[in-house]
Amino acid sequence: MAFPAGQGWLPVVRDVSFEVRPGEFLGLVGESGSGKTLTGLAVLRLLPAGARITGGTIELEGRDLGSLSESEMREVRGARVAMVFQEPMTALNPVFTVGFQIAEAVRAHRRLSRREAREAAAELLEMVAIPAAEQRLRDYPHQLSGGQRQRVMLAIALASRPRLLIADEPTTAVDVTVQAQLLDLLERLRDELGLAVLLITHDLAVVAETCDRVVVLYAGQVVEEATVERLFAAPAHPYTRGLLGAVPRLGRPAPRGRLPAIPGQVPDPWRLPPGCPFHPRCPEAMEECGRREPPFYPLAAGGGARCLLHDEARRAEEGR
Amino acid sequence: MSALLEARGLRKEFPVQRGVLRRTTGRVRAVAGVDIALEAGECFGLVGESGSGKTTLGRCLLRLIEPTAGELRFRGEELLGLKPRELRRRRRWLQMIFQDPYGSLNPRMSVGRILSEPLEVHGTVPRAQRSRRVAELLTLVGLPAEAADRYPHEFSGGQRQRIGVARAVAPEPALIVADEPVSALDVSVRAQIVNLLADLQQRLGLTLLFIAHDLAVVEQIADRVGVMYLGRIVELAPVAELFARPLHPYTVSLLSAVPVPEPARTRQRILLPGEPPSPLDPPSGCAFHPRCPIARPRCAEEEPPLAAAGPGRLVACHYPGELEAPPAAGTF
Repeated sequence: MAFPAGQGWLPVVRDVSFEVRPGEFLGLVGESGSGKTLTGLAVLRLLPAGARITGGTIELEGRDLGSLSESEMREVRGARVAMVFQEPMTALNPVFTVGFQIAEAVRAHRRLSRREAREAAAELLEMVAIPAAEQRLRDYPHQLSGGQRQRVMLAIALASRPRLLIADEPTTAVDVTVQAQLLDLLERLRDELGLAVLLITHDLAVVAETCDRVVVLYAGQVVEEATVERLFAAPAHPYTRGLLGAVPRLGRPAPRGRLPAIPGQVPDPWRLPPGCPFHPRCPEAMEECGRREPPFYPLAAGGGARCLLHDEARRAEEGR
Repeated sequence: MSALLEARGLRKEFPVQRGVLRRTTGRVRAVAGVDIALEAGECFGLVGESGSGKTTLGRCLLRLIEPTAGELRFRGEELLGLKPRELRRRRRWLQMIFQDPYGSLNPRMSVGRILSEPLEVHGTVPRAQRSRRVAELLTLVGLPAEAADRYPHEFSGGQRQRIGVARAVAPEPALIVADEPVSALDVSVRAQIVNLLADLQQRLGLTLLFIAHDLAVVEQIADRVGVMYLGRIVELAPVAELFARPLHPYTVSLLSAVPVPEPARTRQRILLPGEPPSPLDPPSGCAFHPRCPIARPRCAEEEPPLAAAGPGRLVACHYPGELEAPPAAGTF
């Protein structure tokens, strides 16, 4: 995906490939500017103004979404794939009741009378564990707490029984006790509805607790893909290793009070370093990393990593 | 050790106004009676969820906002009665680092100007030596001396927070209140700033009040920790003891809710029902009782005082230590 920039296009998401299986939690992990949110939006073909998908395909249940017309795409959005956002206050309409907004989503996908839609809305609110659902239907978004708003967003997203839910930082704006409730709820919905979830987050701990597989993004590229077990036991990319080291762990503070930090800053997309975009911050960088952009190497342990350390030919040569 | 800053019975209430006439219809008790003593040279971590009053307490301790009631002593001197001019003279000792490195630096001032202003205002460094001091400050926080000629928008979030840190240490203060200084930063940069603060705190002998909702970060940097719930400190303990053996059921639940980056460790979270109650209408008795897994009738009637519970430990609970932390199955 690229944005128009001067004469040409500025690529912000570059050659990102992954798949989500039914009933699976896939974590899409990255820092600000990594392209994780744009990747999530691209799946729904919801692009920011000016942005364009310049290459690649998106398939949902075997159907190429790129070939669909805008009205066909509207059928897919909601009905097959739904999305929840980080800030539920801006995603909900402040002048309509919660019940109206959920019922509207229900009626957009199913032929129901107003009354039936309202009943369905109450059921959905119960499903996302909002107490006294019947009464809450009459509330306006501002009357709800942050956690409840996020649950209402989930109820709207689930109104059309999607197969895939894209959740963009769904727990970043809420407190940790509420986050625990929401993650628990997502896991329950997966078990009950067989929902697949693409969880976009910067929080590796949330990934460790909920996801089955992880895709790590850096500067618009997939730098590592792995099962959660493999990623945390044997991270293959130096960036992943750095991230895991830099996150303080509850119950085991770093020795002598110093966290192993990654030096430097996340690069701007219009000032990407040559070669591997991570090499200026990489503790294992070699001379070659500044010249050659590494391809994605599949690994024997599963998944893969975009790092020259995994170049078999290079390693064989070094061994000699 | 003696207390550098001591507060007793500190309260802050905000009026709630309704209607066109802005009549006061109620009061929010943001800080509902806090006793706290910060020892010279320590890092005190203040944790709590949103609405717990931790930010308001931090600002009251610096008198950035006026407490409604209570006592506040800095080096034994009462701050609350001081006139604005007298207070301003003490300001150089009491500094603050803000959460948002984008909103807290004036975009129209160069970094050199931002850093020399406190030197000028407090008169700590003569004019001729200011640019040298600015260069020193930049080096101290890990920025090149040339940064002085640039403007805040030219820096990334992490670098801006370094500038915010340099500004706070510029007048050589005794106490810095850092309000969520790393929550707005990227994960890979967060560790740099936490390390920087820990370094400076030790090298400069600063007292640091570190306000955060991220318990793992607080465990990393703090010597002592206070846990706030609905305007009160409900537990206070040395850091290792608080994390190893939390006594208040709220602390126990909070710790169990924090996700841990170890997939093999399948822990059981204690799922608290509901969300923190509104400080507009606090529950009777113990404010935590409606969500507490071990609440009993007494908890709804009687407010537990913050009482001693072992050396250096305080807890406000009728049944401290009764809620056990859930076992961490498969710990390796």
